[in-house]
Amino acid sequence: MATTGNKNINAKLVLLGDVGAGKSSLVLRFVKGQFVEFQESTIGAAFFSQTLAVNDATVKFEIWDTAGQERYHSLAPMYYRGAAAAIIVYDITNQASFERAKKWVQELQAQGNPNMVMALAGNKADLLDARKVAAEEAQTYAQENGLFFMETSAKTASNVNDIFYEIAKRLPRVQPAQNPAGMVLMDRPAERTASASCCS
Amino acid sequence: MDEEYDVIVLGTGLKECILSGLLSVDGLKVLHMDRNDYYGGESTSLNLTQLWKRFRGDDTPPESLGASREYNVDMIPKFMMANGSLVRILIHTDVTKYLNFKAVDGSFVYNKGKIYKVPATDVEALKSPLMGLFEKRRARKFFIYVQDYEDNDPKSHEGLDLNKVTARELISRYGLEDDTIDFIGHALALHIDDNYLDQPALEFVKRMKLYAESLARFQGGSPYIYPLYGLGELPQAFARLSAVYGGTYMLNKPECKAIEFYFSGEMFILYSSRSQWCTSLRILNFGETDVVNAFLLAEKVEFDGDGKVIGVTSEGETAKCKKVVCDPSYLPDKAEKVGKVARAICIMSHPIPNTHDSHSAQVILPQKQLGRKSDMYLFCCSYAHNVAPKGKFIAFVSTEAETDNPEEELKPGIDLLGPIDEIFYDILDRYVPTNDHASDNCFISASYDPTTHFESTVNDVIQMYSNITGKALDLSVDLSAASAAAE
Repeated sequence: MATTGNKNINAKLVLLGDVGAGKSSLVLRFVKGQFVEFQESTIGAAFFSQTLAVNDATVKFEIWDTAGQERYHSLAPMYYRGAAAAIIVYDITNQASFERAKKWVQELQAQGNPNMVMALAGNKADLLDARKVAAEEAQTYAQENGLFFMETSAKTASNVNDIFYEIAKRLPRVQPAQNPAGMVLMDRPAERTASASCCS
Repeated sequence: MDEEYDVIVLGTGLKECILSGLLSVDGLKVLHMDRNDYYGGESTSLNLTQLWKRFRGDDTPPESLGASREYNVDMIPKFMMANGSLVRILIHTDVTKYLNFKAVDGSFVYNKGKIYKVPATDVEALKSPLMGLFEKRRARKFFIYVQDYEDNDPKSHEGLDLNKVTARELISRYGLEDDTIDFIGHALALHIDDNYLDQPALEFVKRMKLYAESLARFQGGSPYIYPLYGLGELPQAFARLSAVYGGTYMLNKPECKAIEFYFSGEMFILYSSRSQWCTSLRILNFGETDVVNAFLLAEKVEFDGDGKVIGVTSEGETAKCKKVVCDPSYLPDKAEKVGKVARAICIMSHPIPNTHDSHSAQVILPQKQLGRKSDMYLFCCSYAHNVAPKGKFIAFVSTEAETDNPEEELKPGIDLLGPIDEIFYDILDRYVPTNDHASDNCFISASYDPTTHFESTVNDVIQMYSNITGKALDLSVDLSAASAAAE
């Protein structure tokens, strides 16, 4: 859940979309400014955080990648739990990935919280020659389903920061107090726990 | 799926998921499958609709109970010792970051028809109404001995070698009464029967220390913690760990049962359909019973002529592997029934009476108090841990079944709960593996026992891990440095 305090907002953000749509590439571009042409399927790091300053607040995104569990439709309910935002990613050169993106939106609407900020990202926007999904079609779909839409390119960095900024701007500034707040167990000295993250 | 794996794990129960996570982190190539379309197997948490489907068939839950999705009803209810081995594994693997916990409000024991808070320290012993004036002082002395006992400080041993002295002998030095021994042994040291009394006292003392140290950890009213949204979160979190380290996940793979055929030196041939398989079995001169059994047991673990596992097939596809890890339901021929757990699952609108309004609590009913061979446990959690809608409580009564009549057997526990909105009775068979993992490369977990904590569960996992990998699991995390961040 997005939590507030001195206008510091912690927000869990989940990525959804088909294998190969570029979910991890988008995150790597956003968090580390990197792009790898043949990015291997995600191993060993499916948990990133990145902080953005947006007008009146500081938003700390806790970004969950699928860790490959989307491949055989085996994402656990825990993945969606408490997510304040989601980016559904498809590949503009692959019509099937767009159709799958719609399924992910349905899944999210069934599992997630109704106030979730949802973004639709048409990735690989640098590959214009191979385009199979028209931007207008995606825009229309997004409007009808309460998402905002951008075409992105993890390769050229086009719109990558923008889509995260836009989400940060749309996050509710005041969240109802979550009942109950829990604690996160950590292998860290006690004095450092004041700044520890907790997604409740 | 047509690939070769180091390990195929079948079933996404907690034990299997912890192992899957640990093995993936070790760099092994893991395929993890489950016949169900949800995580957790026997150790899942169900919402109201799933609960009704399992116990009430086509009936639908009454609207007065609230929204189905707000329920997370554990099928194997347990609490975690705050300093226990499951917490060590969570910290060791860094899985803690996926989970939120809250302390459990109260830990109680049943004595002569009443419910008492479990005293865990010398100070609490002096205050407890559980004991008479003189008994309190004797108990206090014993608590001080246990608190001061350090393995590597011989002075604290007071001349006793706890590897030799039995628990009974140790206790007799303090002249404690039977009722006191009862609550110390069962509600503090969490022994499930009285066999510990004739074992070396070291284990007993260590368990008492674990209880006291866990109690001190979070300044809650109990030594226990419990995850928000129920225990079903634990297997999911370890599955995510496994996936993050490259583990492949497939749910909803039906026909997940084991079959085993020994051919003299020949490899068992895989067939893509049941009719093909059946025909070939007939041609190969198997008897009618074998063919029928083969039908009953379908997703199968495949073995070579020496009885070593070579892979798993499901829906006509085969994945090869060197080792299989699973719960007993996937290899029923390699496990035997050793007992059964009787339990009642209750939905209520109030906490367990006489537990100081605890929104989460455990009450242990020691065997002797009820004239039974094994303890009975009450377990309660509520909306405070996000397992039910506001105002609702989930209580469980469980015990190792001694009869085939759970309603009658569990009555002493259920009578302590007060009015109940809904109740479900269940009997679960308990299995242990009978195979020799060295000869077939199958590593089978034991079914979950009726205890309300995870110590025995994790011991099984640690043992399986060293059987699978040939090395010990190092859980020497710095618990004293570990702490909890509360929001």
